[in-house]
Amino acid sequence: MNASTLNRATPYLFLLPAALILCVALIYPVGYMVWASFLNWNPSQRIGDAEFVGLANYVRLFSDAQFHESFAVTLAFAATVVSIELVLGVGLAMLLDRNIRGMSVLRTLFILPMMIAPIVVGLMWRYMYHPTVGIFNRTLKAAGLDPVPWLSDPGWAFVSVVIADVWQWTPFIFILSLAALQSLPSSTMEAARVDGATPWQTILHVKLPLMMPVLIVTALLRLIDAFKVLEVILVLTNGGPGLSTEILALRISRTASEFRELGAAAAMSNLLLVLLMALTAIMFVYSKITELRNRRQAA
Amino acid sequence: MPKITLDGVTKRYGTLEVVPPLDLHLEDGEFTVLVGPSGCGKSTTLRMLAGLESISGGEIYFDGRPVSRLEPRDRDIAMVFQDYALYPHMNIARNMSFALRLAKVPAAEIETRVQRVAQMLNIGHLLQRKPAELSGGQRQRVAMGRALVRDASTFLFDEPLSNLDAKLRGKMRTELAEMRGQLRKNMVYVTHDQVEAMTLGDRIVVMNEGRIQQQGTPEELFKKPANLFVAGFMGSPTMNFIPADLQDVGGAVHAVCEGLRVPVPAAIAAAAKGREIIIGVRPSSIHVQREGGVPLKVRVVVAEYLGAQTVLATRLQDGTEVLAELPSGRRFSAGEDLTLQVAPEEVLLFDRGTGERL
Repeated sequence: MNASTLNRATPYLFLLPAALILCVALIYPVGYMVWASFLNWNPSQRIGDAEFVGLANYVRLFSDAQFHESFAVTLAFAATVVSIELVLGVGLAMLLDRNIRGMSVLRTLFILPMMIAPIVVGLMWRYMYHPTVGIFNRTLKAAGLDPVPWLSDPGWAFVSVVIADVWQWTPFIFILSLAALQSLPSSTMEAARVDGATPWQTILHVKLPLMMPVLIVTALLRLIDAFKVLEVILVLTNGGPGLSTEILALRISRTASEFRELGAAAAMSNLLLVLLMALTAIMFVYSKITELRNRRQAA
Repeated sequence: MPKITLDGVTKRYGTLEVVPPLDLHLEDGEFTVLVGPSGCGKSTTLRMLAGLESISGGEIYFDGRPVSRLEPRDRDIAMVFQDYALYPHMNIARNMSFALRLAKVPAAEIETRVQRVAQMLNIGHLLQRKPAELSGGQRQRVAMGRALVRDASTFLFDEPLSNLDAKLRGKMRTELAEMRGQLRKNMVYVTHDQVEAMTLGDRIVVMNEGRIQQQGTPEELFKKPANLFVAGFMGSPTMNFIPADLQDVGGAVHAVCEGLRVPVPAAIAAAAKGREIIIGVRPSSIHVQREGGVPLKVRVVVAEYLGAQTVLATRLQDGTEVLAELPSGRRFSAGEDLTLQVAPEEVLLFDRGTGERL
């Protein structure tokens, strides 16, 4: 090997360790999962002993009513929480985008829920939702109202898990929206005021359109996260009553551990993965487009 | 159209008083320039007029009506910002029509008004572009256009030309001066550039540290500055200030310093009696040769050739620096000793203690 070939190869040599780690840490597990989805595999078997069934796991999923329901619950859950969190998070950011004494403390307080481990959030809310000793029902009772079957009624159980998720993740949208708001040029807002815009009109015609790139990426990030949520629901309802709150992650976990069907679980995971990859791709394409548009405008 | 009155208007941030009680009266249809160094409170004053800044005391009246509690949108004003403050997500046409659309002006009328102003400002071909696609000078025009389309009764300008390069600034200044003549609206214009102030203002208000130093026509400020600050601020190159003594020889009073001896008129001499004084001489009042001039002995430090004019940086024998603006007819070299002439009637005397003109 002569010197110039070596020189050209040097960057790739430096990249090699990272590439190896990527293969071991990322490609191998994902590949394992993809391979497993083609097997009829029981946890007591070694993967090599499992029977190859081709696409059978996937085919079964498409006719599996329980999977369909779980998928629908996941979609409903993700769409509901992200919509509510967007409205609340952006709204809060608009309200707190001002210089009042103690605002920095308030902002820190607002993002506390995000810092709590999801399992703890689940436990907290489970006790608060408790039918007799939980704070909600005790308060309702004290006010002379009927208790609410927070976690035992299918409709209410869905509402309850949505509330818990909204409580934990609104701050995420809040801080990103606040950062976006505060990076908006202040003189543009002043120009809007002079031009006769009311605070509402300023939000509608100036602030929101200017925040839109950040909001779209934030919403997609939250959407991806909401599709994978597990712990809070696991602790709160374990998917019940019935399948009313059984989101996909929970279904996958149960298929693997309770029903002992690793192949089917892997197939579901792959479907979820593809879905999330599609969302991520949308996000990347979107930011690419905005970037291009900005560059074209700057040129 | 409203006359604007500021009656004891004050601005405080906490305990810091940025604008001490300020009284100002702006006449109908007048182009008023607030000028002063940065931090003198001129922008704050303008922003208080606009309603973007609350006032801490006093009251602002538009045509006798108190407006300090009103939102900007209720004051019938239009404003041009230093950084233009265009709406980046709207094209130029929509930028210009934003206020009209909010005011629910009929679409057809919006169209005609935008077109008319765009024609006037030569930005008709840019209407479909976004602000980011425009050059600084074009954005500046759009910012002007957005204000003009409003047809408000008062226009406020916050250093609108300071982000442009020197050449474009000069061009826009001329266009503004032309526009001012056509519009005859109340205009309040803030700048730190005394050339802009002199060329645009019907009336100039010179501010420093929140206080009005002097107000008047450009000529008044140039010829009869109230104090050392105004004298030093207006005019370029800046006025020379030379500490001097009064000498009374048989009733004829002279202001005397190293290398210069200027006769002082009797009235001023009486006022100056017993005070320490400073002589103020504009560089343009110094000549190579002049009828009735009094001699000024200097040594040349640097000669800055500017084409038709040469600005001489010179020193008196005691080291005081003196600038002289002379026609470039003759070459000057560093270290050369010269005797120039000063027009005595253009020399101003100031009280060294108070800074007031005598």
